[in-house]
Amino acid sequence: MSERPKTGDGGIILTNAEDLMNWARLSSLWPMGFGIACCAIEMMATYASNYDLERFGIMPRPSPRQSDVMIVAGTVTFKMADRIRRLYEQMPEPRYVISMGSCSNCGGPYWEHGYHVVKGVDRIIPVDVYVPGCPPRPEALIGGFMKLQEKIRNTKEVAPALFLEMEAAEPVTT
Amino acid sequence: MTFQEISALIVAQFPGVAIDADTKGPQPILIVPVEKIDAICAFLHQDSRLYFDFLACITAMDNGPGLATMEVIYNLTSIPYHTDLTIKVVFPRNAADTALPSVPTVSHIWRTADWHEREAYDLMGIYFEGHPDLRRILLPEDWEGHPLRRDYNVQDRYHGIYVRYEDGGPDQELVGPDRT
Repeated sequence: MSERPKTGDGGIILTNAEDLMNWARLSSLWPMGFGIACCAIEMMATYASNYDLERFGIMPRPSPRQSDVMIVAGTVTFKMADRIRRLYEQMPEPRYVISMGSCSNCGGPYWEHGYHVVKGVDRIIPVDVYVPGCPPRPEALIGGFMKLQEKIRNTKEVAPALFLEMEAAEPVTT
Repeated sequence: MTFQEISALIVAQFPGVAIDADTKGPQPILIVPVEKIDAICAFLHQDSRLYFDFLACITAMDNGPGLATMEVIYNLTSIPYHTDLTIKVVFPRNAADTALPSVPTVSHIWRTADWHEREAYDLMGIYFEGHPDLRRILLPEDWEGHPLRRDYNVQDRYHGIYVRYEDGGPDQELVGPDRT
């Protein structure tokens, strides 16, 4: 086995901090490991070996505090709504939400007579990507992730509001 | 043991109690007065000739404000004797803003009845007298009304979220206890 010593003459990549940051974010999206209804079965299939979400750097985390993405995979009932909102608020920013399936998109088959169903998870938390289907196939969920990656790739970070306030309060002395 | 033999045993055990039978359908139903249901169930459970040791299901029915009655149906099975029995109680329905109709609990006879009765209370609004822990089982604790009633009208909002589909589209402001 031949040894390959480090020579220091590797290539150089030129980029800017924003693109680098976006690339890092979109390449390791860690969803929160939770599912609420039958869509979660398709979500689990997407994680598993056949579809293998890990090849995109996507792996489920057991805590909202370690997660970047929340996949709302299933019917959101009013009883669950408070819990989902709390879980979302426990996630550190930047955080993204994928609404998976008809139920969490708009109430799905429960839109008319489902007294217990929130008619779309976007009524309680902001949603970045909607994946249609009942349930969506694993390919569709992967498509949703790719849409989210595209969205992250095109984000332009704005300076934090607090920083702008401080800058405005302190006149710059030259 | 046949349905007739079982009803004869109950009539003999509870003289003076109006016991009716509905044998028109494929499954004969014994209709008993609502205030006697716990005593009759205890007899069916304990008597060595019957030994109905398994409560398969409790079903609650609302016949609507027209008929103004409600029903609770008990499906019993005797595992040692391989017999089934359906018992029904019919009682008046309460109007809006009056006390819920009351049925004696059978949860002390079959533990299964505990959650079944909680479900009937939650969705149909039937009060089970003597139940150890009559709370809602499926809906959130602070839900208003009993959704499977015929005259149920869903509340406008729950914790600030619009309940009906047509109220508030996707541009609706996100609302909640901490946002309103």
